[in-house]
Amino acid sequence: MGREVEIKICMGTGGLAAGGRAVMNAFAEGLKAEGIDAKVSENCSIHQVGCRGFCARDVLVDVIIDGKRTTYQYIKPEMVEQIIKNHIIGGEVVQDWTVKEDYQAFHDKQVKVVLADCGEVDPEDIDSYISRRGYEALQKVFREMTPEKVINTIEASGLRGRGGAGFPTGVKWDFARRNPGDVKYIICNADEGDPGAFMDRSVIEGNPHSVIEGMIIGAYAIGAHHGYVYIRAEYPLAVERLKIALEQARQRGFLGRDILGSGFDFDIKIKLGAGAFVCGEETALIASIEGKRGMPRPKPPFPAQKGLWGKPTVINNVETLANVPAIIRNGALWFAKFGTEKSKGTKVFALTGKVNNTGLIEVPMGISLREIIYDIGGGIEGGRKLKAVQTGGPSGGCIPAEYIDISVDYESLARMGSIVGSGGMVVMDETDCMVNIAKYFLEFTQAESCGKCVPCRIGTKRLLEILSRITDGRGRPGDIDLLVTLSEDVKAGSLCGLGQTAPNPVLSTIKYFRDEYEAHIHEKRCPAGVCKNLLTYTIIEEFCKGCTMCARVCPAGAIVGEKKQPHHIVQEICIKCGACFETCKFKAIKKG
Amino acid sequence: MKRIMALMDEIKEMSRRYPDRRAALLPGLYLAQREYGWLSQEAYEVVSKALNLPPATVKGVATFYAMYKKQPMGRHLIQLCTNVACMIMGAERLVDLLKERYGLEPGGTTKDGRFSLVIMECIGACDRAPAMLVDRDFHSDLKEDNIFEILEQYK
Ligand SMILES: Cc1cc2nc3c(=O)[nH]c(=O)nc-3n(C[C@H](O)[C@H](O)[C@H](O)COP(=O)(O)O)c2cc1C
Ligand code: SF4
Ligand code: SF4
Ligand code: FES
Repeated sequence: MGREVEIKICMGTGGLAAGGRAVMNAFAEGLKAEGIDAKVSENCSIHQVGCRGFCARDVLVDVIIDGKRTTYQYIKPEMVEQIIKNHIIGGEVVQDWTVKEDYQAFHDKQVKVVLADCGEVDPEDIDSYISRRGYEALQKVFREMTPEKVINTIEASGLRGRGGAGFPTGVKWDFARRNPGDVKYIICNADEGDPGAFMDRSVIEGNPHSVIEGMIIGAYAIGAHHGYVYIRAEYPLAVERLKIALEQARQRGFLGRDILGSGFDFDIKIKLGAGAFVCGEETALIASIEGKRGMPRPKPPFPAQKGLWGKPTVINNVETLANVPAIIRNGALWFAKFGTEKSKGTKVFALTGKVNNTGLIEVPMGISLREIIYDIGGGIEGGRKLKAVQTGGPSGGCIPAEYIDISVDYESLARMGSIVGSGGMVVMDETDCMVNIAKYFLEFTQAESCGKCVPCRIGTKRLLEILSRITDGRGRPGDIDLLVTLSEDVKAGSLCGLGQTAPNPVLSTIKYFRDEYEAHIHEKRCPAGVCKNLLTYTIIEEFCKGCTMCARVCPAGAIVGEKKQPHHIVQEICIKCGACFETCKFKAIKKG
Repeated sequence: MKRIMALMDEIKEMSRRYPDRRAALLPGLYLAQREYGWLSQEAYEVVSKALNLPPATVKGVATFYAMYKKQPMGRHLIQLCTNVACMIMGAERLVDLLKERYGLEPGGTTKDGRFSLVIMECIGACDRAPAMLVDRDFHSDLKEDNIFEILEQYK
């Protein structure tokens, strides 16, 4: 062959779910059948890689021949033979299966710092990370940087916590460093519980060593010798890859005693979460590691003063830590080039909902929402109209379509009544009901409230009750004001971020979509056609051809009429399942 | 008895990794759950003895966390997400379908003990919503016409 062939197959959660493993096997077997032993041959290798963001196109396969990359999408095992024969052997790219301009457009406006190596490195192979400058930052730190200098660099970069609150990372480290004590801890928060968020999962699955390297540097900066990663048990693949990565890092002397001959000792343990959202809150997380019910406690004292087992503790989010090696390698100024005056660097977002291109994206802070939705996201599914973008999950709010040109950074989103948060971005179109969305978030926070504070425990329940009755068609005049007052009480009277932010989805939807609340309450109408109790299905006589299709699919037997005569829905029997609406070819059924 | 002793030893052994044995409680409960399939009375007792913690403490902690199973589970555990991203992509319809086809209610188990269904808050697969975990496997982009094809692979 003589040429250098490299095959990279996406095997994150998305890639595996789409059959990544079978595709990988098909390549290995197919190449073998052609007499090429991919595993052994120096010139041909197959690698699994983590998420490159566009999992909706999985299985994604890169075929790199002498440095020239071709990316294939939607690959199934049975397609592999042709790729091997035509492309790898014959030199003829299988054009029908390659990614098109939209794949390029998805990546054009992204700037990758945290995700730079996701999709490039094999997450289960430390050498693959090392070959892309992995652990170079750590060596630089030990070679030429004091802990103070590390902290100064991180401070100067402007890096702020990516876990939601946006606290300056350097300041936090400095605080912990100054607190006296022989025993200190650093914890990586990988509890990622916000609905609509999967950034941290993808980073750990795609490039776990970047997080580990960041953590070791942080430990050195504050003087901690023990670290924990608190990770959700719902992420089995991420846990597995993290275990492998830790073991490999230990073998290479990046973890353990006297790391790289520096005299510095540090090791990391994994702690599994157990399905309580509130444990993402730092004091609750500490309680959970200690083996207690994960309930938050008042601050101060802050964890940096009294944290795990009463010792000074730094807690950082996965993405925050994954930024650290790149900052150390390239310098604070390099990092600060990206972003706005107060929000530096990039942010990873999980783009989901009604956009054409859902996936994981990394953008410079300060990019407009429009660029995210239309340029990267490829616009709204089915050409429908954008209604709102929900950012920040249950602590965040909805930004209505008319503000699509705002800059995405900590300050601008806060001004809109939402937050950057951990990075969930759920796009909604005209068929989504905003009252229902608010209700869903409250269902979540109400269920996840730890119950310690009365305003949070009872308040979220009351909010949910009111939202439920509005969506059920039992809303009362005055309910909107009641929601607002109660929301303010919950915010003011709650101890932790969960309660303090739980009403945000309600307040922001009332602020921007008050008319929708009013339609539910006063006209008993759901403008988006979502709330079942407020829907009626009727047949428009002049369109009805009497084809009887609707009557045949109706599970309730609610549709009456003679063949070739206009049909009629008996409202008392109709269960509002929508089957007739979906079935009618003549658009004769009206929903409203 | 042998099984109990082995489990006890495993939990004790693990507790030595932490500065305080109580820190082994959550992982200890996972080990017990792996052994019994759920947290039975016996499971609680084993954990309590192994870590020398009052039974009330052990139970009190277990009940705080959703991932600990307080009743026996079917052979396969379906964890279906109905949170926002999945909801707007049609997850509620799937809940109805599971009920229609298998008589499976959220929190329940099918009569033949084949499936249990737990409704989840976001499982981090929102870009391919709706999504579910069956045992340890992720399945996404679920629709009326593929969910049963997937589930029928689990016997
Ligand atoms: C209810 C609640 C849940 C949280 N969940 C998470 C989480 O899943 N991941 C995370 O990194 N931070 C979460 N946080 C924020 C943490 O308390 C903490 O601010 C963060 O981990 C600090 O890291 P950073 O400075 O690097 O952002 C949560 C906060 C609250 C109040
Ligand atoms: S605000 Fe809510 S979740 Fe937070 S401590 Fe109070 S009751 Fe618990
Ligand atoms: S909405 Fe459902 S129940 Fe009502 S008439 Fe149509 S098919 Fe029948
Ligand atoms: S909302 Fe369902 S997986 Fe995230």
